[in-house]
Amino acid sequence: MTAPPADVITSARTDAALAVRGLHVDFDGPAGPVPAVRGVDLTLRRGEVLGLVGESGSGKSTVALAAMGLLPRTARVRGSVLAGGTEVLGAGEKALSRLRGRRIAMVFQDPLSALTPVHRVGDQIAEAVRTHQDTGRDQARRRAVELLDLVGIPDPERRARAYPHEFSGGMRQRAMIAMAVANAPDVILADEPTTALDVTVQAQILDVLRTAQRETGAALLLVSHDLGVIAGMADRVAVMYAGRVVESAPADELFAAPRMPYTIGLLGAVPRPDTDGRPLTPVPGSPPDLRLLTGGCPFAPRCPLADEACAADEPALAGTGGHVAACVKTPGPEPYPVPEPLPPARAADAARDELPPVLRVQGLAKTFPVLKGGVFRRRVGSVYAVDGVDLDIRKGETLGLVGESGSGKSTALMEILRLAAPEAGEIELLGRPVAALTRREAHALRGSVQIVFQDPMASLDPRMPVGEIVAEPLRAQGRGRAAVAGRVPELLELVGLEAGHAGRFPHEFSGGQRQRIGIARALAVEPELLVLDEPVSALDVSVQAGVLNLLQRLKHELRLAYLFVSHDLAVVRHVADRVSVMYLGRTVETGPVGEVFARPRHPYTQALLSAVPVPDPARERARERILLAGDPPSPVVRDEGCRFRGRCVLYAGLGSAERSRCEGLRPGARESGAGHVVACHFA
Amino acid sequence: MRYAVTGATVLLLLFLLAFAGPHLTHWSHTDIDYGALREAPSADHWWGTNRIGQDVYAQVLHGLQKSLLIGLLTALTATVLASLAGACAGYFGGWTDRVMTFFIDLLLVFPAFLITAIVSPRLRERGWIVFVGLLAVFGWMITARVVRSMTRSLKEREFVRAAQLMGVHPLRIIVRHILPNVSSFLIVDATIAVGGAVMSETGLSYFGFGVQPPDVSLGTLIADGSDAALTYPWMFFFAAGLLVVFVLAVNFLGDGLRDALDPTSGHPRTRRRRRRNGEPA
Repeated sequence: MTAPPADVITSARTDAALAVRGLHVDFDGPAGPVPAVRGVDLTLRRGEVLGLVGESGSGKSTVALAAMGLLPRTARVRGSVLAGGTEVLGAGEKALSRLRGRRIAMVFQDPLSALTPVHRVGDQIAEAVRTHQDTGRDQARRRAVELLDLVGIPDPERRARAYPHEFSGGMRQRAMIAMAVANAPDVILADEPTTALDVTVQAQILDVLRTAQRETGAALLLVSHDLGVIAGMADRVAVMYAGRVVESAPADELFAAPRMPYTIGLLGAVPRPDTDGRPLTPVPGSPPDLRLLTGGCPFAPRCPLADEACAADEPALAGTGGHVAACVKTPGPEPYPVPEPLPPARAADAARDELPPVLRVQGLAKTFPVLKGGVFRRRVGSVYAVDGVDLDIRKGETLGLVGESGSGKSTALMEILRLAAPEAGEIELLGRPVAALTRREAHALRGSVQIVFQDPMASLDPRMPVGEIVAEPLRAQGRGRAAVAGRVPELLELVGLEAGHAGRFPHEFSGGQRQRIGIARALAVEPELLVLDEPVSALDVSVQAGVLNLLQRLKHELRLAYLFVSHDLAVVRHVADRVSVMYLGRTVETGPVGEVFARPRHPYTQALLSAVPVPDPARERARERILLAGDPPSPVVRDEGCRFRGRCVLYAGLGSAERSRCEGLRPGARESGAGHVVACHFA
Repeated sequence: MRYAVTGATVLLLLFLLAFAGPHLTHWSHTDIDYGALREAPSADHWWGTNRIGQDVYAQVLHGLQKSLLIGLLTALTATVLASLAGACAGYFGGWTDRVMTFFIDLLLVFPAFLITAIVSPRLRERGWIVFVGLLAVFGWMITARVVRSMTRSLKEREFVRAAQLMGVHPLRIIVRHILPNVSSFLIVDATIAVGGAVMSETGLSYFGFGVQPPDVSLGTLIADGSDAALTYPWMFFFAAGLLVVFVLAVNFLGDGLRDALDPTSGHPRTRRRRRRNGEPA
């Protein structure tokens, strides 16, 4: 561990709002201490935004918690954290309380659990004010209202009297930011502040965070796994891997000319919404177990450039002009093997009509009853979860289904997979209407549509060996013992696992491998349609790329059709042929993916696309954003007109005669160009 | 694993002692030696005699036979009943759930002691196996309620949903997915139930409803000998000691079984290392 030259430290310390030096954190494990942070140096000046990027387990959150003095007592911490000249590590509870809130404030990932549910939001912010400032109750309350106004909560006077559960996720996060800036801290730590939020809300929150930071002149440490978010926000970026900073540079430089092979790998593995067809280059392997590090470069086992020199000694951060990297190599332009591009699987659009349909959904609807009462429960209303969904998938085609949380994506999927008559509308699977299926036919048809779930840990029974898990659909379809025994190793190899691993249990595999097992299980009965419900959103970027490439390959080899559900537009852009956008249970726009991304017609699609962060600082800053106001309305109210109009930018600019059309008439699907369908009166 | 082996071995030895032990002495549990009242352990009466001259060794072993069988069988029956009823109620939901829950609640508010007291004299001639049935019938409800709620949360898990969407038969899902995932709880609960069953048998026998003289169980022996625990300790401590050993052995076996059935417990270090020599993720 070589420290940076002494003069750097002293010059940095003079105006550093936060200075972290040689931070080591070990947690107690059942088999001895587990290192989480192994020597981190960070300097944060006033008014600066430092982005801390890393995959899960890289120690980025631990750094943030250590800076707040929030680590559990069992953690062993060494090094120094200076917040405005005061040492945080080893400080007593009393000193820490003085520090927290006033010098350092934190915004957490989950805004629901960070607010106390039994107190009013305004009171909680007022409490934060009164803790550090000698003000009266009324004055603190007035300040709370001001702060709520600052973070863009409409009608702050009334909203201050609301309880946290009456706030939406985005509003809670705004309230958290208000609380964080209440005492004008020197440093704001934001630990994955938008990870739990939807894209359009994320864009709002990042905007608020930027405003709050600018207003208070505080330094912002933004911890995130999302390179796009970092690119849009940070002035400087530090990349963490295996408990250390492996590269640190000004944002523009880091994204344009990364030096550390890990950073290059991350940037090559993340799909981007603004380019298509670029093959993703996954980083092989998975992050190391920090207990088992041998002393060499921790990234060497996954690095395409590694040789004996890398295994000998852990490289220190080195470099010039503020761009430092912990690597002894000088990587060329493409250090990772680029997977061979697959020839286009789908014929041109003209031939699409001739392809056999795999799934056709028209006007699908599903409501859930809102019940009230204890013993005699009665229906007092309905949640219109799905209210007019149209889908059309042909053989060998991928349809990306996009929508924010609460848009009814998952409900629509479950309705389709139930293989029973829907509440309203039609579902046709392989050309057969599911409403007319007998039980026996439905059971047989289950073999042709399979699902891959989001969370690869939850979707595999922890008590079953992998071989059994993969064999389950085969058994359910009544295949013989011999057929099952022959098929399982074949499937495991198909998804890039070893056939010999059939006897292992799911917890012995990494996240990406588990998702491969989920895919193998889905492919066991040779389905025609694979429903992928957020298949990569639980995975780290470097692993995600491998799974996406696998899906692409399988689709090409097996002529599969995919229904790919995701909230991540960049991923959809990368894998889908056609895309369908949902808003509050309705399909609002459908079309070829290139067409929709290049020329979105529906105002919601436009806003959604403009909110997706791109991992490119220059582009991020130059982009025009359409910020949607507010949150989606309640799905309990069934509106006669367009459900989007409350947030619609287009609606806001319309005359009253045109507006009445939006209010009274539900927009139907209109064809606009080849296969491009939009549900808007005026788009 | 070591615990499980220890527990199983001790349990096996207890069975051996209970069923082979009585053949080593010429006294039977009903024999009365009028020449030796309240006699301390000796070469003739290995574990001494009680106040009417019965051989404690013969009596304790006979009682052990009864208690081993009653304890294990009751716990097994109650656990099987509870897991099936609870899992079905939780998995199927709706009316199945409502009827089952109603029935469970009904049994819970029934005064179990009173009913056993009324029913058991009428069924006395059928022997102790009926008694096992009675104890089991009144001992499964709370377990079933827990299993039901665990099932309800398991049912929402994606691997169960995945199995449903694959068209796996519901009963097969219960047996293959639900029950293995509640097995940790079931095993721990069953080991506690073994001790509980022996205790309730003791209580009922004390009031004259369970095992009746001249037949004996560990419970009746402990009840009889408790007055003499300090003055004639051999009348009490052999029976009590064996009961403690029995319950401990079952608990050890349960702990071991739970770990053996749970793939995620065990040796984290070796497993982790195996994972590391893996292949692309």
